[in-house]
Amino acid sequence: MRLPFGWGDKAPRSTQKPVAGAGHDKGVMAFAHTAEVIRAEAALRGGGLEVRVMGPPPEMRTGCDMVVEFELMREPQARRLLAQANLAPVAVAPVRAGMLEPVSLFQTKDFGPWLMVRAANMKLTVDKASRVIVNISGGGCPDVPALAELLVGQTLDAAPAPLSRGQTLCAYALELAFREAQRQLPERPRGRP
Amino acid sequence: MTAPWLVVGTVPDEAHGLLQGPCVLVGVNFSVGGTPLPVRRGTPALLAAACAACAVLGIGPPQALLAGDAGRGEGSRRAYEHLCGVLPGLSPRGLTFHYLFPDLAGHDRVLFAAQALPKRPLLVADAGFMYAAKMSGQAAQYDLFTPDAGELAFLADELAPHPFYTRGFLLGPGNPPDELIRRAWATGGAARHLLVKGASDQIVFEGSVVAEVTGPQTQAMEAIGGTGDTLTGMATALLMAGHDIPRACAIAAQANRLLGALAQPTPATPVAELIAHVGQALLSAIERRNAPGA
Repeated sequence: MRLPFGWGDKAPRSTQKPVAGAGHDKGVMAFAHTAEVIRAEAALRGGGLEVRVMGPPPEMRTGCDMVVEFELMREPQARRLLAQANLAPVAVAPVRAGMLEPVSLFQTKDFGPWLMVRAANMKLTVDKASRVIVNISGGGCPDVPALAELLVGQTLDAAPAPLSRGQTLCAYALELAFREAQRQLPERPRGRP
Repeated sequence: MTAPWLVVGTVPDEAHGLLQGPCVLVGVNFSVGGTPLPVRRGTPALLAAACAACAVLGIGPPQALLAGDAGRGEGSRRAYEHLCGVLPGLSPRGLTFHYLFPDLAGHDRVLFAAQALPKRPLLVADAGFMYAAKMSGQAAQYDLFTPDAGELAFLADELAPHPFYTRGFLLGPGNPPDELIRRAWATGGAARHLLVKGASDQIVFEGSVVAEVTGPQTQAMEAIGGTGDTLTGMATALLMAGHDIPRACAIAAQANRLLGALAQPTPATPVAELIAHVGQALLSAIERRNAPGA
């Protein structure tokens, strides 16, 4: 099987079905495509599992990629949930050293009527009164322009979540900025200024 | 006949497949190889700004290789493969890489193909291709990267394979750009020259700031998608016109700031409204740089 991102050349070759090792608290699941990671995270969370998206360990890194960290003891449940969503990991491994955490710092800039939220390399700017997304800036992956076209002009409630349409880590960073903007600019109850 | 300059990037519509050809900008209408493309942000914004700049510099526009890619990476992979095939025949004097899926294997093939040319082209990288170039450990093979503040922190983080994983201690306010610039070069994350886009634009050679452009300040520019693309586009045009890298970066940075002063945008302004001012902004920037004492 040819894997995207050059993974076929880099990943350790094994004829065995990937199974996580025993005796470790956490494991990681790798998928054939970043978009599948995004879907897998949603499926596992939806099924009640605690999961995190992380940067893969150094020997697995190929560019725009990420893995899902999960509790190894729950692997069978995780696989069932994934199967229900027509997903299957291409590799499962116990957590080793070298995993990277996604950014968790946000920077905001107040432009008076507008608020800009930055997460990593992505910036999202919202009209504070109408909660309409007026601009998206930054990023370098090819889905950023497509996401910008979908989101700009929509309110924070009507806009699709970037992860529901995006495919890359830039989309993930934009999702974080989007959620932070929603948190900072919550919808006001109708009839109140 | 002068060797061409090729800009390689993507458009967010996979129906386009691969487009290659000269860029044409007439008024607000932009096309590549005869295919009309909207200019909203991303590589079309870079190319439209480059075309407008080339027109006032009195030179022909760049060539473009654009892949339809909405994020799956397939279009970018086709562009990498196609580029490796056409580079020997094209022998470009410069390559500007832009919004491309950061695929390490694809990056390496393209870099090796460019390095194998009889005359090595000038190599400029921004956006996704810059991420792959940094992750490959071969950033110093490039002549120019054009990061913004967030991307500079990523270049300075020797562990991060993408800005999404930049470690927090590098992203906080306690890291002045000078320190991140030094660290990026020392850890192999930077090209020989950087044009760092920020509150002040810094022009860097091998880890040291050699020039700074600080005004005019238009706060809203930071929020407008595509203002980094117009800067890289104008820098590309100035390099095409024969300016050396520090001078091209300084003029482009100055011109990009003048775009803000001329257009008076709000954070809601689309970048297309700025591109209309590229010609005037660039001429003013060149005048400023040529003024005695500049």
